[in-house]
Order: sequence, then C-alpha cells, then structure tokens
Amino acid sequence: MRRINGRMMTAALLGAAVLFLFVITVAGHMYAEEALVTDFSRKDLSPGGAYIFGTDWLGRDMFIRTLTGLSMSIQIGILAACVSSVLALILGVLAATMGKTADALITWVIDLVMGIPHILLLILISYAFGKGFKGVVVGVALTHWTSLARVIRGEVLQLKEALYIRAAQKLGMSQLKIAWKHMLPHLFPQFLVGLILTFPHAILHEASITFLGFGLPPEQPAIGIILSESMKYLAMGRWWLALFPGLLLVFTVVLFDVAGESLRKLLDPGSTHK
Amino acid sequence: MVLEAKNISFRYGKGSRQILDDFSLAIENHERVGIAAPSGFGKTTFCKILSGYEKPDQGEVYLDGQPLSSYKGYCPVQMIWQHPEQVVNPRLRMREVLKEGDGIEPCIIQGLGIEEDWLNRFPAEISGGEMQRFCIARALGKRTKFILADEISTMLDLITQSQIWNFLIEETKRRQIGLLAVSHSMPLLENVCTRICRLDEK
Repeated sequence: MRRINGRMMTAALLGAAVLFLFVITVAGHMYAEEALVTDFSRKDLSPGGAYIFGTDWLGRDMFIRTLTGLSMSIQIGILAACVSSVLALILGVLAATMGKTADALITWVIDLVMGIPHILLLILISYAFGKGFKGVVVGVALTHWTSLARVIRGEVLQLKEALYIRAAQKLGMSQLKIAWKHMLPHLFPQFLVGLILTFPHAILHEASITFLGFGLPPEQPAIGIILSESMKYLAMGRWWLALFPGLLLVFTVVLFDVAGESLRKLLDPGSTHK
Repeated sequence: MVLEAKNISFRYGKGSRQILDDFSLAIENHERVGIAAPSGFGKTTFCKILSGYEKPDQGEVYLDGQPLSSYKGYCPVQMIWQHPEQVVNPRLRMREVLKEGDGIEPCIIQGLGIEEDWLNRFPAEISGGEMQRFCIARALGKRTKFILADEISTMLDLITQSQIWNFLIEETKRRQIGLLAVSHSMPLLENVCTRICRLDEK
C-alpha cells in the first residue's frame, strides 16, 4: 500500500470540500419548493426529532430553509466570483501590458473602488440595479475584483522583466509561446486561488446586504433573510432560528477557504514531494 | 564569422557612472577571448550588450557585418548567466528547460554530466551547479555561433569547473563557436582563452 503523503491529504481535503458544497447546492435546489411550505400545526418547534433545525413561526422546516438559502448563496457566490475574477484578470493584464496611461487609469480605478467601504458600494450598486438576484451579483462582482487585479498586474509586471522570459526571447520563442509556456503557469494558480478565495467574500457580502434589506427579496429563503427575520424572535427564546443557519453559513465559508488553500498548496511547485 | 562591438558607450540611467566608454572589441568564431576586470567595471553589462539584452547608448554590435538587432528569432549570440536560478522558470521541469534550446544534441547533455534523473525535477530541486549545466546546454543550440560565459563557474567546485571548461573548449573548437569568457580569476582565463582583454585598462 502506498503511504499517504501530505499532497494526497490535501487533495482529499479539497475533494471533500468541493463534494460537500456540491451536495448542499443540489439538495437546496431539490427542496426549493418545500422550503416555502407553511404548516401551523408544527410551528415554533425546537430542534430535534423530525425537524433537526426546528421550525419557525409559520411552521416552515428550518433545515430545508437553511439548505435552500445556502444553495442560493453558493450560486450567487460562484457567479459573482467568476465575473469579478475574469474582470480582475482582464484589467490586471491590461494594466501591466498596455503602457503607462492604461496602467495609471486602471490603478486609479482600483484605488477608487478599494477606497470606498465595500458594503456601502455594494448597497449603492445593488440598489441601482434594482436589488434582487441581479443587483446582488452585479454589486458583488463590481466590488471584489480589485485585490486580485492588483496581484495579477504585479505578477505580469514581474514576469515581463524576469530573466528567464528574456532568455526565452533570445532563444527565439514567439510571444504567444512565451505567454503560454512561461506566463500562464504563473498566472493560472494565482487566478484560480484568487477566484476560489473570492467565493467566501461574495457569500458573506450577499448575506449581509440581504440581511440589511438591500439584496434578495423577502420571500426568498436566503441566509440573509432568515437571519434578519430571526432577529425578532431571538428575544422570545427561539435561538435555533439564527444559530443553525448562521453556523452553516460560517461552515460553508470555511469550506471554500479550505478548498482554496488546498488548491494553492497543490499548485505550488515547492510542494511536489510533500 | 566575427562578432564586433564598435565604440560602445553605456551607463545605467542619466547621472549615473559611465560604465563603458567608447569600447571596441572583435571576436572571431575560432577564438576564445577572456575579459578580466575588477567588480563594477561592466563585464556583465558588456555581455548583456553583446547578446542584445541591453541597448548601448552609443555604438552598435555587429555580427558578420550586420547589426545584431537585425537578427530576428533565435539569437546566434547566447549568453550564459552567472546566476542560473534567475534564467530558469521555477515552474518548468528541467526537461522543458532543455527543450527551450535549439535542438540540444545528446552528446552535449552527456558531456556536461547531466543525469537522466535530473530531467524530471523542478529547478528548486537541483543544486546551482547542476542548474548551471542545464543553462550551458541550453545555450549550445544548433544555431549558436557565439557563447558569452559570464562568471559561469564561480559557484562550482574545482573538479566540476575543469570538467565544464574542458567540455566548453572542446565543443567550441569542434563547432567553431566563438567564446567570450568573463572571470575574476586570471589563471582560469589564461588556461581557457586564446587572448585576454582587460576592461579596466584604457
């Protein structure tokens, strides 16, 4: 039997995290209808037995509502993170390759977006786009690209001056081949890890603006909605309404973080023999 | 074939020290020329200019009567750097690094003592001396006409130094490649080169 090494452990961790997130997403989708079912014969049940997360004041199953909410959050997170990472990639590469004026302009936009508090800008954009799903995705996408764009700009600038790239030019390698063989292997891990580490941010921000009432509509079983509604009932001793959805939200965010970190470790050439 | 540097002047940025001032040198492809000077006299800078990495402020480098900058694609003048770890992509395996060269013959790989086992490793997993052999091999592609060796053996033990220099002398003789060797060590240059030129004597 082969000895289990560090890389295999990391890969297993990554696989488990991805699988778990996938299961939550699919399960949330399948129970989307049931999450809206109200039944006053079972209202305000505390956790246990048939309803492991309890039920709320309308007799809705909190477990299913939480799953559906998380599934919604993950989908928004993936969409928004993808859009914002691609935006970061394009703008980062443009800043590094298109000359001084383009660089100055893009750096200025990055500073501008970074200078405004995230949540404020998010609320403004989301509100301007009419709230709801579209507003949240556009808002999150437009606020989360800055740090990754900076990383990519820096990486490309550094690569352009790297001696091994200049040596490759002298060895007669074409620009396209240099970009493919020499630059991409450096940019891709940065990009992928940046993309995955944007998910947790996107999910948390989605939940927070929904909580504040600028995100998803109130009929949607989203984590932000669940948490803000449960605020009214916390004082009446119904702790389960906020505790389990909150815990699961944190758990999901941690899972994405674990997945991103594992991937970073696996892609690092320094770790090939661990 | 002759590699000529004509009236080269160079300094790094305005206001900084003049490193090369109206310097000229011609190397034939059967010659091995040694360049000696203390630190900071522009030995590496001269190599960079000769191989087209840096543009001189004045003067021009000619290969066979044509400006070196007019050669597109593979550059017939290849420089071997002092620090091999800077000229090798840390994310490529050594096998890929060798492939970057222009059809490296197996006899070169053997002659430099590169072992089969090293080819699958990443640059971080071999020593500086081992990496330098790959850089030397990579520079000795089919279309190479001149080799500029900038302090290539400083990090090696004496036995390896002599092994590598003997190989380079044989190879350049065999293929009529011109060699420019840069070193602090006069005894080394005296043994390797057919003539020696000092950068610090005007």
